[in-house]
Amino acid sequence: MEQAFFLLIATVAVGAGIMVVAARNPTHSAMALMVCFVQVAAVFLLLRSPILAVIQMFVYVGAVIILFLFVIMMLDVQAEARTRFLKKGVTVTIVGICLLGGEMFALLLGSDLLFAQSLNLLPDQMSSVRGLGEVLFTEYLFPFEVASVILLAALVGAIILTRQTEEGG
Amino acid sequence: MVPLSWYLILGAVLFVVGIAGVLLRRNVLIVLLSLELMLNSVNINLVAFSHFFGDFRGQIIAIFVIAITAAEVAVALGVLVALVRNKATLEVDEVTIMKG
Repeated sequence: MEQAFFLLIATVAVGAGIMVVAARNPTHSAMALMVCFVQVAAVFLLLRSPILAVIQMFVYVGAVIILFLFVIMMLDVQAEARTRFLKKGVTVTIVGICLLGGEMFALLLGSDLLFAQSLNLLPDQMSSVRGLGEVLFTEYLFPFEVASVILLAALVGAIILTRQTEEGG
Repeated sequence: MVPLSWYLILGAVLFVVGIAGVLLRRNVLIVLLSLELMLNSVNINLVAFSHFFGDFRGQIIAIFVIAITAAEVAVALGVLVALVRNKATLEVDEVTIMKG
Protein backbone atom coordinates (compact mmCIF):
# COMPACT_ATOMS: atom_id res chain seq x y z
CA MET A 1 0.00 0.00 0.00
CA GLU A 2 2.70 2.42 1.04
CA GLN A 3 4.76 1.40 -1.98
CA ALA A 4 1.82 2.15 -4.29
CA PHE A 5 1.48 5.60 -2.73
CA PHE A 6 5.21 6.18 -3.09
CA LEU A 7 5.16 5.19 -6.76
CA LEU A 8 2.22 7.51 -7.44
CA ILE A 9 3.89 10.42 -5.67
CA ALA A 10 7.25 9.79 -7.31
CA THR A 11 5.70 9.62 -10.78
CA VAL A 12 3.88 12.90 -10.34
CA ALA A 13 7.00 14.53 -8.84
CA VAL A 14 9.28 13.48 -11.70
CA GLY A 15 6.66 14.44 -14.30
CA ALA A 16 6.29 17.87 -12.73
CA GLY A 17 10.08 18.21 -12.56
CA ILE A 18 10.37 17.51 -16.28
CA MET A 19 7.59 20.06 -16.87
CA VAL A 20 9.65 22.66 -14.96
CA VAL A 21 12.58 22.17 -17.32
CA ALA A 22 10.61 21.74 -20.55
CA ALA A 23 7.81 24.32 -20.26
CA ARG A 24 7.98 27.30 -22.57
CA ASN A 25 6.20 29.73 -20.29
CA PRO A 26 7.95 30.57 -16.98
CA THR A 27 4.58 30.76 -15.24
CA HIS A 28 3.89 27.15 -16.21
CA SER A 29 7.33 26.22 -14.90
CA ALA A 30 6.57 27.86 -11.56
CA MET A 31 3.23 26.08 -11.26
CA ALA A 32 4.83 22.73 -12.16
CA LEU A 33 7.47 23.34 -9.50
CA MET A 34 4.67 23.98 -7.00
CA VAL A 35 3.15 20.57 -7.86
CA CYS A 36 6.59 19.01 -7.43
CA PHE A 37 7.05 20.64 -4.01
CA VAL A 38 3.66 19.37 -2.82
CA GLN A 39 4.71 15.87 -3.88
CA VAL A 40 7.99 16.23 -2.00
CA ALA A 41 5.99 17.24 1.09
CA ALA A 42 4.00 14.01 0.66
CA VAL A 43 7.29 12.09 0.46
CA PHE A 44 8.30 13.68 3.78
CA LEU A 45 5.01 12.46 5.26
CA LEU A 46 5.79 8.94 4.02
CA LEU A 47 9.14 9.29 5.77
CA ARG A 48 7.30 10.07 9.05
CA SER A 49 8.58 13.62 9.39
CA PRO A 50 5.38 15.71 9.51
CA ILE A 51 7.16 18.83 10.73
CA LEU A 52 9.31 18.93 7.60
CA ALA A 53 6.25 18.41 5.41
CA VAL A 54 4.61 21.42 7.06
CA ILE A 55 7.76 23.53 6.70
CA GLN A 56 8.02 22.47 3.06
CA MET A 57 4.44 23.57 2.39
CA PHE A 58 4.85 26.89 4.22
CA VAL A 59 8.27 27.91 2.99
CA TYR A 60 8.39 26.51 -0.55
CA VAL A 61 4.78 26.43 -1.70
CA GLY A 62 3.68 29.39 0.36
CA ALA A 63 6.66 31.71 0.07
CA VAL A 64 9.24 30.77 -2.56
CA ILE A 65 6.84 29.98 -5.42
CA ILE A 66 4.74 33.05 -4.68
CA LEU A 67 7.92 35.16 -4.73
CA PHE A 68 8.81 33.69 -8.12
CA LEU A 69 5.30 34.37 -9.43
CA PHE A 70 5.51 37.98 -8.23
CA VAL A 71 8.83 38.47 -10.03
CA ILE A 72 7.47 36.83 -13.20
CA MET A 73 4.49 39.16 -13.02
CA MET A 74 6.72 42.21 -12.45
CA LEU A 75 9.23 41.52 -15.18
CA ASP A 76 6.89 40.72 -18.11
CA VAL A 77 8.87 37.71 -19.27
CA GLN A 78 6.61 36.87 -22.19
CA ALA A 79 8.63 38.93 -24.62
CA GLU A 80 11.85 37.35 -23.41
CA ALA A 81 13.02 33.79 -23.83
CA ARG A 82 12.05 33.28 -27.43
CA THR A 83 14.29 30.25 -27.62
CA ARG A 84 14.10 27.79 -24.79
CA PHE A 85 17.49 26.14 -24.81
CA LEU A 86 21.06 27.34 -25.17
CA LYS A 87 22.49 27.34 -28.67
CA LYS A 88 26.12 26.56 -28.05
CA GLY A 89 27.52 23.39 -26.53
CA VAL A 90 24.24 21.54 -26.10
CA THR A 91 25.62 18.13 -27.09
CA VAL A 92 28.56 18.43 -24.69
CA THR A 93 26.20 19.41 -21.89
CA ILE A 94 23.81 16.53 -22.61
CA VAL A 95 26.71 14.07 -22.65
CA GLY A 96 27.90 15.49 -19.33
CA ILE A 97 24.44 15.19 -17.79
CA CYS A 98 24.11 11.60 -19.03
CA LEU A 99 27.53 10.75 -17.56
CA LEU A 100 26.59 12.30 -14.22
CA GLY A 101 23.22 10.54 -14.12
CA GLY A 102 24.75 7.22 -15.12
CA GLU A 103 27.40 7.55 -12.46
CA MET A 104 24.84 8.36 -9.76
CA PHE A 105 22.62 5.42 -10.69
CA ALA A 106 25.56 3.04 -11.00
CA LEU A 107 26.69 4.03 -7.51
CA LEU A 108 23.16 3.73 -6.08
CA LEU A 109 22.27 0.42 -7.70
CA GLY A 110 25.73 -1.05 -7.26
CA SER A 111 25.93 -0.60 -3.50
CA ASP A 112 24.98 -3.81 -1.74
CA LEU A 113 25.13 -2.04 1.58
CA LEU A 114 22.14 0.08 0.71
CA PHE A 115 19.91 -2.88 -0.05
CA ALA A 116 21.21 -5.41 2.43
CA GLN A 117 21.10 -3.21 5.49
CA SER A 118 18.32 -4.12 7.87
CA LEU A 119 17.70 -0.82 9.54
CA ASN A 120 16.04 -0.74 12.91
CA LEU A 121 13.98 2.39 13.10
CA LEU A 122 12.09 3.75 16.04
CA PRO A 123 8.85 5.06 14.55
CA ASP A 124 7.28 6.40 17.73
CA GLN A 125 10.30 8.35 18.78
CA MET A 126 11.26 9.50 15.30
CA SER A 127 7.95 11.04 14.34
CA SER A 128 7.79 13.28 17.37
CA VAL A 129 8.26 16.99 16.98
CA ARG A 130 9.44 17.12 20.58
CA GLY A 131 12.52 15.01 19.95
CA LEU A 132 13.44 17.09 16.90
CA GLY A 133 13.08 20.30 18.87
CA GLU A 134 15.22 18.97 21.70
CA VAL A 135 18.10 18.17 19.35
CA LEU A 136 17.65 21.40 17.38
CA PHE A 137 17.63 23.70 20.37
CA THR A 138 20.40 22.03 22.36
CA GLU A 139 22.99 20.50 20.07
CA TYR A 140 22.31 22.72 17.04
CA LEU A 141 21.53 25.97 18.84
CA PHE A 142 24.49 27.89 17.42
CA PRO A 143 23.82 26.95 13.75
CA PHE A 144 20.19 27.91 14.38
CA GLU A 145 21.27 31.38 15.50
CA VAL A 146 23.62 31.69 12.53
CA ALA A 147 20.74 30.77 10.19
CA SER A 148 18.64 33.55 11.67
CA VAL A 149 21.47 36.06 11.09
CA ILE A 150 21.80 34.83 7.49
CA LEU A 151 18.07 35.34 6.96
CA LEU A 152 18.35 38.87 8.35
CA ALA A 153 21.29 39.62 6.04
CA ALA A 154 19.33 38.28 3.06
CA LEU A 155 16.35 40.45 4.01
CA VAL A 156 18.48 43.60 4.15
CA GLY A 157 20.36 42.63 0.98
CA ALA A 158 17.19 42.02 -1.01
CA ILE A 159 15.76 45.39 0.03
CA ILE A 160 18.96 47.24 -0.86
CA LEU A 161 19.33 45.46 -4.21
CA THR A 162 15.81 46.21 -5.38
CA ARG A 163 15.62 49.77 -4.04
CA GLN A 164 15.33 52.46 -6.68
CA THR A 165 17.67 55.31 -5.93
CA GLU A 166 16.67 58.88 -6.69
CA GLU A 167 19.37 59.39 -9.32
CA GLY A 168 17.85 56.49 -11.25
CA GLY A 169 20.37 53.77 -10.35
CA MET B 1 7.41 -0.39 3.86
CA VAL B 2 9.23 1.50 1.13
CA PRO B 3 12.93 0.58 0.84
CA LEU B 4 15.56 3.26 1.32
CA SER B 5 16.91 2.86 -2.19
CA TRP B 6 13.63 4.02 -3.74
CA TYR B 7 13.90 7.36 -1.99
CA LEU B 8 17.51 7.75 -3.06
CA ILE B 9 16.63 6.94 -6.68
CA LEU B 10 13.80 9.50 -6.59
CA GLY B 11 16.27 12.07 -5.25
CA ALA B 12 18.81 11.22 -7.95
CA VAL B 13 16.20 11.48 -10.75
CA LEU B 14 15.02 14.88 -9.52
CA PHE B 15 18.64 16.04 -9.19
CA VAL B 16 19.45 15.04 -12.78
CA VAL B 17 16.30 16.78 -14.06
CA GLY B 18 17.26 19.90 -12.10
CA ILE B 19 20.82 19.93 -13.38
CA ALA B 20 19.52 19.57 -16.96
CA GLY B 21 17.39 22.66 -16.37
CA VAL B 22 20.32 24.63 -14.89
CA LEU B 23 22.69 23.75 -17.74
CA LEU B 24 20.37 23.80 -20.75
CA ARG B 25 17.80 26.56 -20.31
CA ARG B 26 18.46 30.15 -21.34
CA ASN B 27 15.96 31.91 -19.09
CA VAL B 28 17.46 32.97 -15.75
CA LEU B 29 14.15 32.40 -13.96
CA ILE B 30 13.97 28.79 -15.10
CA VAL B 31 17.58 28.30 -14.02
CA LEU B 32 16.65 29.49 -10.53
CA LEU B 33 13.55 27.25 -10.44
CA SER B 34 15.67 24.25 -11.45
CA LEU B 35 18.12 25.13 -8.67
CA GLU B 36 15.24 24.90 -6.19
CA LEU B 37 14.41 21.47 -7.60
CA MET B 38 18.00 20.30 -7.03
CA LEU B 39 18.00 21.55 -3.42
CA ASN B 40 14.73 19.71 -2.82
CA SER B 41 16.09 16.44 -4.13
CA VAL B 42 18.97 16.77 -1.66
CA ASN B 43 16.41 17.28 1.11
CA ILE B 44 14.70 14.02 0.16
CA ASN B 45 18.00 12.18 0.58
CA LEU B 46 18.69 13.82 3.96
CA VAL B 47 15.25 13.02 5.37
CA ALA B 48 15.32 9.47 4.00
CA PHE B 49 18.63 8.74 5.72
CA SER B 50 17.36 10.44 8.88
CA HIS B 51 14.30 8.18 8.90
CA PHE B 52 16.11 4.94 8.15
CA PHE B 53 18.95 5.45 10.59
CA GLY B 54 16.70 6.75 13.37
CA ASP B 55 18.66 9.98 13.75
CA PHE B 56 17.24 13.50 13.91
CA ARG B 57 20.31 15.19 12.48
CA GLY B 58 19.29 14.61 8.87
CA GLN B 59 15.99 16.40 9.43
CA ILE B 60 17.79 19.26 11.18
CA ILE B 61 20.18 19.71 8.27
CA ALA B 62 17.18 19.64 5.92
CA ILE B 63 15.60 22.45 7.96
CA PHE B 64 18.81 24.48 7.62
CA VAL B 65 18.87 23.80 3.87
CA ILE B 66 15.31 25.14 3.61
CA ALA B 67 16.24 28.28 5.59
CA ILE B 68 19.33 28.97 3.47
CA THR B 69 17.28 28.35 0.31
CA ALA B 70 14.75 30.97 1.37
CA ALA B 71 17.58 33.49 1.87
CA GLU B 72 19.15 32.53 -1.46
CA VAL B 73 15.89 32.99 -3.36
CA ALA B 74 15.31 36.42 -1.86
CA VAL B 75 18.80 37.64 -2.80
CA ALA B 76 18.78 35.97 -6.24
CA LEU B 77 15.45 37.51 -7.20
CA GLY B 78 16.68 40.89 -5.95
CA VAL B 79 19.76 40.60 -8.16
CA LEU B 80 17.50 39.53 -11.04
CA VAL B 81 15.24 42.55 -10.67
CA ALA B 82 18.25 44.88 -10.51
CA LEU B 83 19.75 43.16 -13.57
CA VAL B 84 16.58 43.49 -15.63
CA ARG B 85 16.30 47.14 -14.62
CA ASN B 86 19.82 47.82 -15.93
CA LYS B 87 20.13 45.47 -18.86
CA ALA B 88 16.58 44.35 -19.85
CA THR B 89 17.49 40.77 -20.61
CA LEU B 90 16.67 37.47 -18.96
CA GLU B 91 18.94 35.24 -21.01
CA VAL B 92 21.94 33.76 -19.27
CA ASP B 93 24.36 33.99 -22.18
CA GLU B 94 23.70 37.68 -22.73
CA VAL B 95 24.65 38.70 -19.21
CA THR B 96 28.36 39.34 -19.77
CA ILE B 97 28.86 42.56 -17.82
CA MET B 98 31.70 41.09 -15.74
CA LYS B 99 33.53 39.67 -18.74
CA GLY B 100 36.15 42.44 -18.87
